[in-house]
Amino acid sequence: MLTIKNLHASVEGTPILKGINLEIKPGEVHAVMGPNGSGKSTLAQVLVGHEAFEVTEGEILFDGQNLLDLEVEERALAGLFLAFQYPVEIPGVSNLQFLRTAVNTLRKHRGENELDSPSFMKMAKEKAKQVDLGPDFLKRGVNEGFSGGEKKRNEIMQMLMMEPRLGILDETDSGLDIDALKTIANGVNTLRAENRSFLVVTHYQRLLNHIVPDVVHVLAGGQIIKSGDKQLAMELEEHGYGWLGINEAEAAG
Amino acid sequence: MAESNKPEDFVKHEYEAGFVTDIESDTFEPGLNEDVIKRLSEVKGEPEWMLEWRLEAYRQFQEMTEPNWQKVNFEPVDLQSISYYSAPKKDTDKPQSLDEVDPELLRTYEKLGIPLHEQKALAGVAGAGTPAEAEAGSSEEGGAYSNVAVDAVFDSVSVVTTFKNKLAEAGVIFCSISEALQEYPELVKKYLGSVVPRGDNYFASLNSAVFSDGSFVYVPKGVKCPMELSTYFRINAENTGQFERTLIIADEGASVSYLEGCTAPQRDENQLHAAVVELVALDDAEIKYSTVQNWYPGDENGKGGIFNFVTKRGMARGRNSKISWTQVETGSAVTWKYPSCVLKGDNSVGEFYSVALTNNYQQADTGTKMIHIGKNTRSTIIAKGISAGKSDQSYRGLVKFQPTAEGARNFTQCDSLLIGDKCGAHTFPYIENKNSSATVEHEATTSKVSDEQMLFCRQRGIDPEQAVSMIVNGFCKEVFKELPMEFAVEAGKLLEVSLEGSVG
Ligand SMILES: Nc1ncnc2c1ncn2[C@@H]1O[C@H](COP(=O)(O)OP(=O)(O)O)[C@@H](O)[C@H]1O
Ligand SMILES: [Mg+2]
Repeated sequence: MLTIKNLHASVEGTPILKGINLEIKPGEVHAVMGPNGSGKSTLAQVLVGHEAFEVTEGEILFDGQNLLDLEVEERALAGLFLAFQYPVEIPGVSNLQFLRTAVNTLRKHRGENELDSPSFMKMAKEKAKQVDLGPDFLKRGVNEGFSGGEKKRNEIMQMLMMEPRLGILDETDSGLDIDALKTIANGVNTLRAENRSFLVVTHYQRLLNHIVPDVVHVLAGGQIIKSGDKQLAMELEEHGYGWLGINEAEAAG
Repeated sequence: MAESNKPEDFVKHEYEAGFVTDIESDTFEPGLNEDVIKRLSEVKGEPEWMLEWRLEAYRQFQEMTEPNWQKVNFEPVDLQSISYYSAPKKDTDKPQSLDEVDPELLRTYEKLGIPLHEQKALAGVAGAGTPAEAEAGSSEEGGAYSNVAVDAVFDSVSVVTTFKNKLAEAGVIFCSISEALQEYPELVKKYLGSVVPRGDNYFASLNSAVFSDGSFVYVPKGVKCPMELSTYFRINAENTGQFERTLIIADEGASVSYLEGCTAPQRDENQLHAAVVELVALDDAEIKYSTVQNWYPGDENGKGGIFNFVTKRGMARGRNSKISWTQVETGSAVTWKYPSCVLKGDNSVGEFYSVALTNNYQQADTGTKMIHIGKNTRSTIIAKGISAGKSDQSYRGLVKFQPTAEGARNFTQCDSLLIGDKCGAHTFPYIENKNSSATVEHEATTSKVSDEQMLFCRQRGIDPEQAVSMIVNGFCKEVFKELPMEFAVEAGKLLEVSLEGSVG
């Protein structure tokens, strides 16, 4: 589904990603772990097409398409979804209006009918409930005045609505208490399917108890220095990043 | 790729109302002097006192000089080079029914989406799905102008006023000011110039001398006007100025909601629009005045466009009266207007809700004045400015408390949204407080349509143009919700069109 070959990316001339190789097959969940500043968010942002990052080398194939040729919105319509580490606020634009625009654009792209108001409302309420957000959140401005946890749940709600081919979660777990963490994990797990994959970026192992990964990668200094099964996450948890010879303070720059 | 996807690249003004109607007109030779004013008054068959009133205004005008304190730059208008009267030719004196209106004119309004056929207007024109509509929950399907009486002003004259009979049943007078001068001269004489005196300012004085038409509304005691009233201004003829005069009076306990819309053809020359609007609210009366201003803004290099120099003022004369201005300003090359409220009656209320969008080389210096005279008077100002392209925009607002304004209060909120980094936004709040018991609250913010917001929307599959338009609509929400339902949809669409652009 997703193939990343020798990916190099820089921001303002500074190289951040230094040769990433990664292959995600349909139905798989991959976790990317690593200390702060190792390039996890950069990888996620490069995948969705953030323009501040320049890809200097390598290629990314998504369902056979060259992802780097596509605009941000084209990648989204092709089925790429990013739950942002820091979701932005869009004052005055209600969650409902935002989602309706997004979902109907996607449906149109897929050649499906646009949803009318009542059916959309019904669906939105259902999905909101799945992540423990009350219906009043649908009326509020996108992330406007939401707490950190509410923003994260809102991201997962959007993912539930958009049913992507590949869901990327960028530290969706950070700052969440255990109940919220489980809610989010449940949301993701209900979406798990044979033809849908996930890339779960996290600093901590605890999320991976609830979203069990097929493969775990450790990213440090812009490179994947080790890959393994879920056992690798456990070991990291136990021994810390120092165990892999990573100096966390240094990596954080 | 990095350069081509900034929010500002998705902003372009495509002016859809820029066509010209090919119609024969009676047009005065360009030039301004007492004889022109006399001829104008004569053509309109005005009473003698009206001519005297005009001439006195002209005398005062000649003593004045064009103001230059506002933060806009433009070539001074040569008042001798424009014509002060242009009216579509017609056989009869004035069309009384639609059948008598030139079909070419009817087509013009149809093209602009303003139905002058009452049955069509009643049936409603279903609006396309817009964010604003989606927001409103689409519970009401009635589109723009579904329950609205229209006074259509074409160049210097009113060509038709719809729903007159229905309004007459309720006792509401809604007609052109020329007609009012014939039919209700006492009312006009009593109130004309009572809010904006003849010598008020340069352009108001000019207007007082040469105004050619406009709308007149009188809502009698205790009457709630049964439908929205609106005037639709269209400048068509070349080298003319439009000087309309609107006078709205809500008698004791009356209320009315009035809408105003405007467009003009796309031309390389600048055209002058210098209107005066006066509102009078007596005891317990309420006037809500909404404007969607879409005059031709000039092209992307700043050539052409309307000079929109307008004096709008409402007098909340009676106790517990209320004047509310809502404006959505997207057009004009240069805008200079400050719809104001004089809060004279005790407990009277003034409101100003404004969205101003400037793009390309447009300039706008707009805001309001709230003059608190009566006790416990309250005013609210919510001004949203959106600057894009190389445009420049200023909010200028005066809040004044007279010594008599015991317990008066004002709340002001000014928000600016910048799209790109070549535009400007400025805020000039003035406060004059002569009463220690009065309170003022002022909030101001400046924000940008950020790259992060754009990325967020686009990551959800929303194309960049729609993303900008959605973000801008969200920014304007507090003002849009003050507009009558029909107009809110219209305004949302207008912003969308004004922001429409191509990638790269
Ligand atoms: N927009 C940016 N501008 C400049 N430097 C950036 C930007 N984004 C990330 N970086 C830098 O890139 C490195 C990797 O950051 P990031 O991908 O956010 O790491 P992680 O998500 O693993 O904590 C850090 O040194 C960070 O400071
Ligand atoms: Mg990160």
